[in-house]
Amino acid sequence: MKRDSVSELWRYRELLYFFAWREIKVRYRQAALGAAWAVIQPLSSMIIFTLLFGRLAHVPSEGIPYPIFCYCALVPWTYFSTVLGMGSNSLIQNDSLLTKVYFPRVLLPAGTALAGLLDFVMGSLLMVGLMVYYHVRASWALLFSPLVVLCLLLLAMGVSMGLAAANVRYRDVKHAIPFVVQMWMFATPIIYPVSMIPARIRPFLALNPCWGIVHAFRACVFPGQRFDLKLIGTSLGVALVMFLTSAYYFYRAEKSFADVI
Amino acid sequence: MSAVITVDKLSKQYEIGGAKRTTTLRESLTSLWTLEFLRKRPQKETIWALRDVSFSIESGESVGIIGRNGAGKSTLLKILSKITYPTSGGMNVCGKLAALLEVGTGFHQELTGRENIYMNGSILGMRKKEVDRKLEAIVEFSGVEKFLDTPIKHYSSGMRLRLGFAVAAHLDPDILVVDEVLAVGDAAFQKKCLTAMEDLRAGARTVLFVSHNLAAVENLCGRCIWIEGGQIRMDGDARRVIGAYMESMNVGQAAISDLHNVEHRRGNGKVRFRAVEFLSSEGISQKVIRAGDPVVMRFHYTVNEPVAQPSFGFRLYTDMGTLVTETSTWHHSIYIPQLETGDGYLDLEIGCLNLMPAKYMLSLWITDMTGAFIYDNVEHGVTLEVESANIYQSGRDLDSRCGILFFPQKWNLSGMRGARAEVLDDLRMPGGAVAV
Repeated sequence: MKRDSVSELWRYRELLYFFAWREIKVRYRQAALGAAWAVIQPLSSMIIFTLLFGRLAHVPSEGIPYPIFCYCALVPWTYFSTVLGMGSNSLIQNDSLLTKVYFPRVLLPAGTALAGLLDFVMGSLLMVGLMVYYHVRASWALLFSPLVVLCLLLLAMGVSMGLAAANVRYRDVKHAIPFVVQMWMFATPIIYPVSMIPARIRPFLALNPCWGIVHAFRACVFPGQRFDLKLIGTSLGVALVMFLTSAYYFYRAEKSFADVI
Repeated sequence: MSAVITVDKLSKQYEIGGAKRTTTLRESLTSLWTLEFLRKRPQKETIWALRDVSFSIESGESVGIIGRNGAGKSTLLKILSKITYPTSGGMNVCGKLAALLEVGTGFHQELTGRENIYMNGSILGMRKKEVDRKLEAIVEFSGVEKFLDTPIKHYSSGMRLRLGFAVAAHLDPDILVVDEVLAVGDAAFQKKCLTAMEDLRAGARTVLFVSHNLAAVENLCGRCIWIEGGQIRMDGDARRVIGAYMESMNVGQAAISDLHNVEHRRGNGKVRFRAVEFLSSEGISQKVIRAGDPVVMRFHYTVNEPVAQPSFGFRLYTDMGTLVTETSTWHHSIYIPQLETGDGYLDLEIGCLNLMPAKYMLSLWITDMTGAFIYDNVEHGVTLEVESANIYQSGRDLDSRCGILFFPQKWNLSGMRGARAEVLDDLRMPGGAVAV
């Protein structure tokens, strides 16, 4: 990317903040429960999964109470899936902006990714509550969590940016996303332990960057879990490649956004 | 003086029939699969929205861009403001450019007026500190102080417009690009906007102004570029270019009701009405008058034989034939001693055309003082079209269902004890209900 587009991004940094701010302001307005929804969503998923998989199906959870085992992965996953869903629609939903005023287009999906962090933080706070409730002592690895969050951000931003650009040209994306997100979730060991996956497939699982991140989150929180550095490294590499490919595609496509949208 | 905008052989091609739009992922993938993309693509139907447009604008110049719909004006502005990219050719812009292709870009229904000021300002390139500093001035300009913390979904379109323009008027760009935003809003607000633009111009800023309001262009711009069919038809002194453009549009004639060929007219023909014209307060001939606006009715006549003590008059009817009013020089006791041969006109100045929006008919006559001798009489020969306007400054539309007339008026609530009544100015009813 050219140097002036980077300096331009810097000049427009406040707009990024305002896009994120707008999204946060608008998201829970006129909702009686307000920002509590940020917690209700992952919490209710957790309860459903606990009842279905933990109680009924007796899915093992690596010696960790199933609810918190599941919830710990659901927090980053909810962030990822929300950003994917909203970020990929961020350009087409703001078509009036794209055709009426200039600003670095990437700020729209980036603003969504930034706004999602608030829900992520709320969800994490509840996580702390659950840890206290289940007497889970945090591991010292928790110190690494900001790095893991950064990876999550990179991945979510990378994927949603590329999909947002593709969505401008191919509205198929809009229809495909909900079900892709669902498939992706079941393909990632979130509600079940990785041990349930046949051993010969397991190495390939690392190519799913979400798995590396979910694993890293669990390893940060639960003392019994070891950091699988090879897994995390592979996932990070895949996330980085996805990000760069997405960024390049976005950069190429943004010139025609206003004409195509 | 140095050029702040240089445009060199700018061209923009669009595919028509939405060829790009309709490609779906499936089609793209099949073309990948069948290696179709390697073969030569079938020629798509294209149009040139702009073709080899070159000009340069000096710092401090105000340039108007005029042309018919679809001439390429908006495309040019979009390229200049980097919203879209040219197919070929280049341009160079020095300095901070702000483009107003729409008022209130980025407004969000759920956000309050204040929040939207920040949002909109930031989208238009203002820093937060800058908005902080100018907030008071923006609010005052917009005139929506009372509703600053109300979500704008409860605003009327007029209020939203004012808020949007208030933000725009406080931008501080080196180059301002404005498209047609003045075409909306009531007359008073348009005037305010024009003044704001005038200030910008006075501040030695460069202004690029696209509008159908030729009077505004002429007023604001020293130079004018006329675009037709994607190319520059004329570029130069605003007055000259606008003149040439108007001539090509025949605007001047269309607004006059020609009475030469009226078949059914009575009278001995010593004096004949030639035409009737409706003039705005700026003296511009208008086909349609906005309700509540001042208007001058100009009756053009030709005197074939000198006549003494004539009286001019007319009746105004609704299109259903109801007489609305009659007036004449006789009613005003105006004494006209003599009319000499030749052409002339008589003006009737109306301070406020308090007619509801509808079509009206005029019957005209010229008689002698007593009314016994009719020189000319045209029944229902002229149509007067009154357009809806923000009559009560409430943003509510009035039409012929509300009757024929309206009065300049004000509701006074000071005698309502206990009732917490309030004039909402431009606001829709709280709670989302809209009174019709």
